[in-house]
Amino acid sequence: MCNTCGCNVTPGNRSLIQNEKPKEGLTTISVLQNLLTHNNTQADHNRVHFDAEKVLVINLMSSPGSGKTSLLESTIKQLKESLSIAVIEGDLETENDAQRIQAQGVPAYQITTGTACHLDAHLIHNVLHHMPLKGLDLLFIENVGNLVCPASFDLGHHRNVVLLSVTEGDDKPSKYPVMFKAADLVLITKTDLLPYLDDFSIDNAKQNVHNLANNAPTLTVSAKNNQGMDEWISWLKSEINQHQVLLSNHQTQKPKVQQDGALLHAKATPHKFYPVKTHQQ
Amino acid sequence: MHELSLCENLLDQVIKIAQQHQAKNIESITLNLGPLAGIEPLLLDNAFKILKIDTVVANAQLIINSTPIIIQCQQCGEQSSATNNYLVCPSCQSNDTQLISGDELTLASVALYTAT
Ligand SMILES: Nc1nc2c(ncn2[C@@H]2O[C@H](COP(=O)(O)OP(=O)(O)OP(=O)(O)O)[C@@H](O)[C@H]2O)c(=O)[nH]1
Ligand SMILES: [Mg+2]
Ligand SMILES: [Zn+2]
Ligand SMILES: [Zn+2]
Ligand SMILES: [Zn+2]
Repeated sequence: MCNTCGCNVTPGNRSLIQNEKPKEGLTTISVLQNLLTHNNTQADHNRVHFDAEKVLVINLMSSPGSGKTSLLESTIKQLKESLSIAVIEGDLETENDAQRIQAQGVPAYQITTGTACHLDAHLIHNVLHHMPLKGLDLLFIENVGNLVCPASFDLGHHRNVVLLSVTEGDDKPSKYPVMFKAADLVLITKTDLLPYLDDFSIDNAKQNVHNLANNAPTLTVSAKNNQGMDEWISWLKSEINQHQVLLSNHQTQKPKVQQDGALLHAKATPHKFYPVKTHQQ
Repeated sequence: MHELSLCENLLDQVIKIAQQHQAKNIESITLNLGPLAGIEPLLLDNAFKILKIDTVVANAQLIINSTPIIIQCQQCGEQSSATNNYLVCPSCQSNDTQLISGDELTLASVALYTAT
């Protein structure tokens, strides 16, 4: 919050903010404000809604067609007897995905974004005031299929799950570092197709994520033959448990979207609702 | 294309600053943009050209400074420069590193003429 003591000045930006010789009447105002502040403030507000109802919120991101909705369908089949689940679907067009989820017997809310290629915290908030959160254990947000923009937007959720289907190639974490650096869990999907592909290496995919200084766990799944579903379900259950422990200590957690550099260099979001602790795996 | 909505935020902030300083005219707006922010500078520049029309910043120039990717190793403490998809410490090969520069999008400064 402090421009006076110079703690915003880092090796990366020192040269950029040194005052130049002023022209007549020309003043340079140093600001160093994060341009995602609007979104981040709304995201913190959304998280307060979620935490008030003790619901764990997971954001699923991937390129189009990597299997997000199929994964949700299989997951809901296995969990709907024991947990109360809802889904927010983000797509450019159509309500197909929400209908697929509703067919599984759980509430689904469709956001059609038109031309916007990602969800943001404001779009999620609009839905929140129409959907009952009370009694929910788990809320999934299926983001717009896109490996670029969604990574930069905190929606007020708690965990980022990034899907990588085996047909996309094991180099995608290196090509889309912003997305894969933001993953709290990487899910390699469509593993039933591995026998037909000679060049997808799960180890390479993991190594490429590791190179992004991200030690998030990697799991493999197939929504077709249910390979890996048990591990994925266990991960979800343990995340729900850990989150309940945090909440009972009046803490919450943020997904990895929070940009280290942006936070170090910019003014902090003006309000925090209650002690927030980033929880590490 | 979220560059457009980011640019709206930018203009909001700049207009507030202009009002605070009773600026007559704004000469330039300087942003710091890291390669890992996920923002395309060209798209941001285009959005700015569209949105600035008929506002107090209509005459302003947008300067986008690309910040370097710098990591700090949490194991050996070394600071080093790094590339987009390789953020491993070159000294000790640990991937327990923190980005200290390279993923930011910040409004660094506004150069304006005050009414004196
Ligand atoms: N072989 C195989 N196909 C799958 C699997 N999961 C999904 N698919 C197929 O992949 C296609 C896309 O699946 P979706 O679940 O709709 O993917 P999505 O990520 O929700 O797609 P968007 O929401 O449009 O981005 C469909 O034809 C699915 O049947 C899988 O585990 N194995
Ligand atoms: Mg889908
Ligand atoms: Zn609200
Ligand atoms: Zn976008
Ligand atoms: Zn090191």
